[in-house]
Amino acid sequence: MRLPANGNRMKYIDEYRDKDLILKMAGLIKKSASRNYTFMEVCGGHTAAIHRFGIPSLLPENIRLISGPGCPVCVTATDYIDKAIVLAETKDAIIATFGDLMRVPGSESSLEKKKAEGADIRVLFSGLDALEIAEVNPDRRVIFLGIGFETTAPGTAVALMQARGKRLRNFFLLSAHKVMPPAMRAVIKDGMKIDGFICPGHVATITGSSAFDFIPREYKKACVVTGFEPLDIMQAILMLIHQVNSELPTLEIQYKRAVTPDGNRIAQDNLLRVFVHNDTEWRGFGIIPLSGLKPGPGFGEFDAEKVFNPSVRESRSNPVCICGEVLRGVKTPSECPLFATACTPLSPEGACMVSNEGACNTFYKYRPDG
Amino acid sequence: MDEFITLNHGSGGKHSQKLIKDVFLGRFGIEEPATDSALLATGDSGRASLAFTTDSYVVDPLFFPGGNIGKLAICGTINDLAVAGADPEYIAASFIIEEGFPLADLERIVDSMADEALKAGVRIVTGDTKVVGKGKCDKIFITTTGTGFLRPRREQISKGGNVREGDRLIVNGPLGNHAVAVLGARNNLSFVSGVTSDCGSLNGLIKNILESCNEIHFMRDLTRGGLAAVLNELKGMIRKGIMINEEAVPVDEPVKGLCEVLGFDPFSLANEGKILVVAGEEEYLKVLDIMLSHPAGAGSSVIGEITRENPDFVLLNTVAGGRRIIEMPAGLQLPRIC
Repeated sequence: MRLPANGNRMKYIDEYRDKDLILKMAGLIKKSASRNYTFMEVCGGHTAAIHRFGIPSLLPENIRLISGPGCPVCVTATDYIDKAIVLAETKDAIIATFGDLMRVPGSESSLEKKKAEGADIRVLFSGLDALEIAEVNPDRRVIFLGIGFETTAPGTAVALMQARGKRLRNFFLLSAHKVMPPAMRAVIKDGMKIDGFICPGHVATITGSSAFDFIPREYKKACVVTGFEPLDIMQAILMLIHQVNSELPTLEIQYKRAVTPDGNRIAQDNLLRVFVHNDTEWRGFGIIPLSGLKPGPGFGEFDAEKVFNPSVRESRSNPVCICGEVLRGVKTPSECPLFATACTPLSPEGACMVSNEGACNTFYKYRPDG
Repeated sequence: MDEFITLNHGSGGKHSQKLIKDVFLGRFGIEEPATDSALLATGDSGRASLAFTTDSYVVDPLFFPGGNIGKLAICGTINDLAVAGADPEYIAASFIIEEGFPLADLERIVDSMADEALKAGVRIVTGDTKVVGKGKCDKIFITTTGTGFLRPRREQISKGGNVREGDRLIVNGPLGNHAVAVLGARNNLSFVSGVTSDCGSLNGLIKNILESCNEIHFMRDLTRGGLAAVLNELKGMIRKGIMINEEAVPVDEPVKGLCEVLGFDPFSLANEGKILVVAGEEEYLKVLDIMLSHPAGAGSSVIGEITRENPDFVLLNTVAGGRRIIEMPAGLQLPRIC
């Protein structure tokens, strides 16, 4: 097959940023929106995209978008940061982490501050990079801070399988990996009035859209699994409006170029092979049953929690900070008294101001017209 | 004592600004706005006539597609002088070298410094060398200091004192290539192969502009913190609105792709051969033509306008037809890229 000339090649980004189509979609949304609607975008990637492209300025006032618990850094409990800091202080330790975690405030300090004080903390892009650090530093103990949902957890699973295959004795995982569906159930049970969900597209590439079937079935809420380009998001909003208007909530896939009902079976198998589900704490929600992933049978020797048993005092965070309510969709970042005054990306008080996907960080960076 | 310098303090964004303000300016008695070049009066005239600047280079890796630490150290200082409205003349170069550094690498670095200086028409006239023990610095750090004569009536260019509503903002080409080339070389990222640093001297391009245009109201090189940092600094100086059209801001495809994958913002990525020029409404098309006809400005584009509306905001009309602000980058995108 001959590829089209360079200029005509499908690039998978620009096509979904076509201004004319987006504005046309905005017109259709305006026409169809006959009442008030509240939709939650669960994924932090959606929150970032929505504000980066200025989508709220394209929507009529009767459509409200609220952010949910889908930014991994944001929902990670302070307790986890405290444990990572304790581990950073142990002898011969190298902490390997994604950059986002560096500035998240723990009870007393942050990884960034620990690094400045001399702890060996290295920023990387994948768990496999951490594995490599362990291989070239056999006399050091490398602790990888595994964080993220079904999207990043399969990568960590592969790292653990490789570590076992290579019989590495100096590679460990402090897992903050979590799964999305139980958190969405928690949001609904919280009682927040939500008409529908912009479901996380990247998570669904792994889990399949069927992971979210329970939402329309059990709770009668509209659901659209959505891509991350502006045209994707606008189309999903229109689909949600149609579902609500017809009073026939169902699960639809807007992000068909990446998502199937069954998802990525290989990644799912790897998750099952390496991890077991455990009850875990989410910032703002407390413990959500069976929502965490920790190394299961055969992988316990890599579990930093088990091997090092880092002991921390009861964690503390700024009592004024409303990250928890923001993550539950109850409040927006600008309702926080600390927002953009005491709490900025420069000196964050809460986790939601740190990550690029955090609602507070996104509002701070992109807030429209003041 | 619980405060330490973190890598964020070297990012060129908010942390750096705060550090400079809190620690240096007051103690040294430097007046704001602090610009990259100091403008100094000589003789009895009392008028600023000399520009003076210094910069240190710690890029890792030392060699990257499109340049090396030596070329960077010359271009960077030349550009700091040129955007202040001066003609760069003389450069001093100091080297801190780690014990065990290969002489052949040092010669390659120094050769490219000599080449770049020759091409740009400046002379390297003095310098210093220190060698420190193994592990006491990372291979080689270079500091260059430069000076040149300020062109008459150009004192306001670095401070934006003459910026008016209706002025247009122009950049001289695609953004982010330097940061991505260095990142790619450092991490062996195969998918950014082909991205070359834009590292280059801009005094030729700037001379062409200043020789034929009077209404140049502001210039700045888009180094650490990128376009986003410079726009926000400009906003702070002029107290007017700035409106940018995302569609008009040039970014090469591989850079765009990397930003999508890693969550970087091309507006905040460092460049080493890019400037923002703010030109008067009557003259900006002429400025654009002059820029387009110079090799260092072949990708020039008018990206936005100074507005009366929304003073104190840098606003972006997004590619999707929406609108949002461009905030000063906070914290670090990438360490040690210059």
